[in-house]
Amino acid sequence: MIKNISNLGDAALYCDFGTVVNKEINTEVIKYFKNIKEKNINGIDNITPSYNKLIISFDLSVTNFESLKKKIENIEIKNFENKKGNVIKIPICCDKEFALDIKRLESKLNISEEKILEKFFSKEYYCYMTGFIAGHPFLGDTDKSLRAKRLETPRVRIPKGSVGLTEQFCNIYTFESPGGWNIIGNTPVNIFNKSKEEKPNLIGPGDTVIFKQISKTEYENHNE
Amino acid sequence: MSKNYFEVIRPGINSTFQDLGRKNLYHIGIPFSGAMDKRNYLLANAIAGNKGNSAIIEFAYQGPILKFKGEKVNFTITGDVNFKITKKNKEVDGCCYQNYKLEEGDILDIISTNRSVYGYLAISGNFDIQLQWNSYSTNIKAQIGSNNGKKLEKNQQIKILDTHSHESKKKLEYLNNKIENIRVIKGTNYNYFSEDSKKFFFTKEFTVSKLSDRMGMRLEGIKIENIVDTNIKSEGIIKGVIQVPTDGNPIIMLSDHGTIGGYPKIGVVISSDYDKLVQIPPGSKIKFKEIKLSDAEMLFKLYEMETANLISKIK
Repeated sequence: MIKNISNLGDAALYCDFGTVVNKEINTEVIKYFKNIKEKNINGIDNITPSYNKLIISFDLSVTNFESLKKKIENIEIKNFENKKGNVIKIPICCDKEFALDIKRLESKLNISEEKILEKFFSKEYYCYMTGFIAGHPFLGDTDKSLRAKRLETPRVRIPKGSVGLTEQFCNIYTFESPGGWNIIGNTPVNIFNKSKEEKPNLIGPGDTVIFKQISKTEYENHNE
Repeated sequence: MSKNYFEVIRPGINSTFQDLGRKNLYHIGIPFSGAMDKRNYLLANAIAGNKGNSAIIEFAYQGPILKFKGEKVNFTITGDVNFKITKKNKEVDGCCYQNYKLEEGDILDIISTNRSVYGYLAISGNFDIQLQWNSYSTNIKAQIGSNNGKKLEKNQQIKILDTHSHESKKKLEYLNNKIENIRVIKGTNYNYFSEDSKKFFFTKEFTVSKLSDRMGMRLEGIKIENIVDTNIKSEGIIKGVIQVPTDGNPIIMLSDHGTIGGYPKIGVVISSDYDKLVQIPPGSKIKFKEIKLSDAEMLFKLYEMETANLISKIK
């Protein structure tokens, strides 16, 4: 349920679902996202779901805050049956060439590299949202023993395909980008493919990701 | 397809194809993009006599030098721009908001923008470029859109799909007026900041940093002090949002911004002031003025009426 709708500037609705981050609240956000999207409401430019917020930006020459707010408050929200997310397998190579921050994590978390990887690969991850850069998934939750803060000084360039950890989340950098997450490996899989206009992002909100560790040779021989 | 094309002799600093941008893709991380200064985009197309929203070339600071090959094409430049046309035996200094004709071998040199950032080049007709997600806009960060998602490059050709022989004397008397204050609505994390900082934010001047581009405008000045948390749980953002990262220097999100952000939002620039905001060059001073939502909505109506009025004045 939306707890409160306020305005973000003069051309967006800020729908607040609470402050907690968990799968239940995020599922609710995604349900609203899908329902609103399906209705094709005139004037809406973009709908952005995140952990516990939904931002709806609109064309101020077509509608305005008050009238769109009323529409969203009175919208009928139905459950989408049989629309569980996809399960996607992503291979990662954790060779030292790719695991840029594994040593940092060992010392910050006080556990060994082997243990970090064992804990990381033993879980399935839920995709809360995609964004920041094109196709970039925010996944969670990682094991409690793996939760570290961002780098004090973010990297200017993180290589494409890097897999990072911070707090209870992990991510995949779909493009070379600046960023501050703790990098533990790299995937040879193209997570964002602009030539697929219908579905350019491999992983979407509500999907489940299973990571599989691969060797350097397997990484190099990976063909899509 | 016509046989007309441009040869890029110098690409300029950041010359890209733009139109009104692409919608409905924030949820997969693709920003709106589109012409930064929408009014000047619309005026360029209107003076060039294009009916729809054709793609134009947007340039920043220094524009391209283009050599025209083919029969003829008319063009218009908008913004506050220095440019000249070199013909076989003469050189013509160009004026913005006016139509010109180029013939085989003519060279258009877009020298620079004056005390502003962006300028626009529209041809009377259409460039031969590809739509991606219903837009020609180029986003170089995600390599999306026209020209394979890239800026113009030296020696490349820009093919022209079609031209129309538009009444070539059309022009508009218009001066881009400068703005004193940028009007802002309080952001959703306004209360994360100290009382002093909130007061300073709406009274002190900030300087536009050199580290500004189509993604964001960085500001320097008094540091904004956060008293709650310098991170929030990442959430959707829109253009015009003013985030304050840990270092206390505000960043205004512009048209190619990341779609998700994790820094507190002190304010949002109102829609009617966006075109003017993006034209403020690095090194300039900027001041924010707080405004209510209802006033922002009214100012947007005025902005739209002004744009329509300008278009109706083109002769």
